Amino acid sequence: MNANAMPELRGYLRSDGRKGIRNVVLVAYLVECAHHVARQIVNRADHPDVQLIGFPGCYPNDYALKLMKRLCTHPNVAGVLLVSLGCEGFNRDALNAEIAATGRPVKNLIIQQSGGTRTTIDEGTRWIQEARKQVAGIAPVPMALDELVVATICGGSDGTSGISANPAVGHCFDRLVAAGATCIFEETGELIGCEQIMAERAVTPELGEEIQACVDKAARYYTTMGYGSFAPGNADGGLSTIEEKSLGAYMKSGASPISGIIKPGDFAPAGGGLYLMDVVPDGEVRFGFPNISDNAEIVEMIASGAHMTLFTTGRGSVVGSAISPVIKVCANPDTYERMTEDMDINAGRILHGEASPDEVGQEIYMQVIDIARGQATKSEDLGHQEFILTYKHFDALGPACLPRR
Amino acid sequence: MSTQDKRLLLLHEQDNVLVCCQNIPAGSELLIEGKPVVLSTAVELGHKLARRDIAVAEKIARYGLPIGSATQAIRCGQQVHTHNMKSDYLASHHRDAVEGHT
Repeated sequence: MNANAMPELRGYLRSDGRKGIRNVVLVAYLVECAHHVARQIVNRADHPDVQLIGFPGCYPNDYALKLMKRLCTHPNVAGVLLVSLGCEGFNRDALNAEIAATGRPVKNLIIQQSGGTRTTIDEGTRWIQEARKQVAGIAPVPMALDELVVATICGGSDGTSGISANPAVGHCFDRLVAAGATCIFEETGELIGCEQIMAERAVTPELGEEIQACVDKAARYYTTMGYGSFAPGNADGGLSTIEEKSLGAYMKSGASPISGIIKPGDFAPAGGGLYLMDVVPDGEVRFGFPNISDNAEIVEMIASGAHMTLFTTGRGSVVGSAISPVIKVCANPDTYERMTEDMDINAGRILHGEASPDEVGQEIYMQVIDIARGQATKSEDLGHQEFILTYKHFDALGPACLPRR
Repeated sequence: MSTQDKRLLLLHEQDNVLVCCQNIPAGSELLIEGKPVVLSTAVELGHKLARRDIAVAEKIARYGLPIGSATQAIRCGQQVHTHNMKSDYLASHHRDAVEGHT
């Protein structure tokens, strides 16, 4: 394929006009007490396009409801089975109504009303079989690159991440943004020390101030928690401080102007561009760490419409995700040797002088297109469908976060 | 550049550290800015060595930007890591850390 020609993708058209690159049926438990029943329904279906998500808590939470609404109406999702115990606090009717309004097949099974574990699993299994038949009839339509939303995250970073995989993803992001796609980078707690240089890339000075303020908020939040977003493995891999890790992580954002800030579940405005996701909760510190593990961040970007995630790793992560594929870009050549079966891209070649970040960036870009056309990533092939959603609180975005164009 | 060892990477002209792009055993002879240095400890891929002598409290620069400051004097060719530098923002924690303390 000519790298300069605008590649055509194929997507599943949804009622809100967005297109999906996968056609997944979700089974979503709405409290931990319904988890086992939901998982049994997914296990019985035994198909990569029937996936499990859920929220464990019994107490209601606006953030969790918003994210579940966004996830269940994500363009990669074709239908949803909701599984409740019955007495939990989750607003199942609001979620059900939101999904039904999009025309997707949806059903809410309530275990306490269905008759118990086995009865609900049987009923859910029958519903999934019908829903699968129904969504199999959705024919893909042409989709352009500028309809794609691509996220990036790093996990298990080491001293090589900021030299190889992260700048390569940055080059890929620059290409995607130039093609009109929407790109999202995140984890303000891992951008501590980058606030000044990042603010200078904002499309307006007011947005620049908001960027600095949200990194300040992250630093305050993590200070209260007692830890920075810095795992012992980061130090094993040669990183010494949060700002060293941050500067490496920041390379993933590339060199495009920063068009705005979004929070989890917010959509970037039409027209594409590079967006920073502010993942650190607002207000006083509550509910614990902002993101307890990498998948919490992946889920938040999927809730904002991400069709796929570019995951850079130095130490060697193996995760994938429910709903949207994860492309693993390995920064460290030794890790790649050891864990080739989990890695889609070997960016460690950069350290051996065998490729430039730009060349690997082009390779990732081509991979993005192949994955958007339906090719499976390594983590999809291996059956990784991790998912985690916990409690958070966010205030609405300030007016300077999304400048008018 | 012939004055620099191929196993070491200079990311920015203003940096006072070099990054190892492969595992280097203890006792290895390295060329740093044209100066021969014998490595006192093994240094792994992704770890940093001082490009020149660094004074206590001096900023450590990587990518041309500060990544923390030296907690002790560091000699050219010595490893630069958590034992001799610290964050200027948030302390790094270890596996044996007690909750809430680093």
